Amino acid sequence: MLRLTSSRLGSLLAGRPTAALTFSIKGRAASQQSHEVSEALDMSRPMYYDRVDMPLPDKPYKDVLSEAEQKLKQKEKGPWSQLTNEEKVALYRLKFCQSYSEMKAPSAEWKTVLGGVLFFLGFTGLVVWWQRIYVYPPRPRTLEDDWKAMQLQRMLDMRINPVEGLSAKWDYDKGQWK
Amino acid sequence: MFRAAVRLSVSGARSLTRTQPRCQAPLASRCYSHGKQETDEEFDARWITYFNKPDIDAWELRKGMNTLIGYDLVPEPKILEAVLRACRRLNDLASAIRILEAVKDKAGPHKDIYPYVIQELKPVLSELGISTPEELGLDKI
Repeated sequence: MLRLTSSRLGSLLAGRPTAALTFSIKGRAASQQSHEVSEALDMSRPMYYDRVDMPLPDKPYKDVLSEAEQKLKQKEKGPWSQLTNEEKVALYRLKFCQSYSEMKAPSAEWKTVLGGVLFFLGFTGLVVWWQRIYVYPPRPRTLEDDWKAMQLQRMLDMRINPVEGLSAKWDYDKGQWK
Repeated sequence: MFRAAVRLSVSGARSLTRTQPRCQAPLASRCYSHGKQETDEEFDARWITYFNKPDIDAWELRKGMNTLIGYDLVPEPKILEAVLRACRRLNDLASAIRILEAVKDKAGPHKDIYPYVIQELKPVLSELGISTPEELGLDKI
């Protein structure tokens, strides 16, 4: 028998209501073996789901009805015009958990996601800064300005790339860049 | 306006007049270049016959409805009338209301389809005593 523990259920629930691809599962009460796991879902039986692309799930949301609810179900067999609006809503809520509006209601999850992303970016920035102070080796001598000036002078003296490159751009008569 | 089921393509037809899809494929995702193609009227008639079965059972109602909602179209009011009558035979008011919600959702950004459908279904809704989700406040959160 397939079983779905509450930890895996947690990853299935929630999530943005994309075009009918996310849905929440409401399982039957685990009548047997209720002691080993807190909430085990028996996935071998018909399950309830709220999906915008499948309006009528395999089973009603509430199948264990109280006395009053059973009476209401009996009344449902008669003319529906005799039902009050509250009774109609009650019948709807017996059969379904969330209405379409509730299914499609946007969540504030994006704020959490964005906040988390920015937080970790900031943390990474702090780590990089610490590394720059405590981990980086000393700056190479060859990157200092005086060394680079001497290097450039040597390259010009050697006539590096005299046709189209470096030395071609240097005016040797005037001693400056062209 | 439109004689058969309104087809909504992903590219978003802005008007209600029937768009010409690239392939005249009334069955959801099939694009035949050969073979007989079902017209919109035949499609509607087939579904009306399905839901008009006098002894339709709850499974068939659910299966039919879920399949119909899976198509890229908003069902014609006459199909929906047959569905609502099937709900009545099954003594299932909740499903009838759910179906109206599903139709509104199928219309997507085309906000004028659902009021038209409700307007066409008004005689059936009052005959059977079905309230719309708006009347029951189920369209609010």
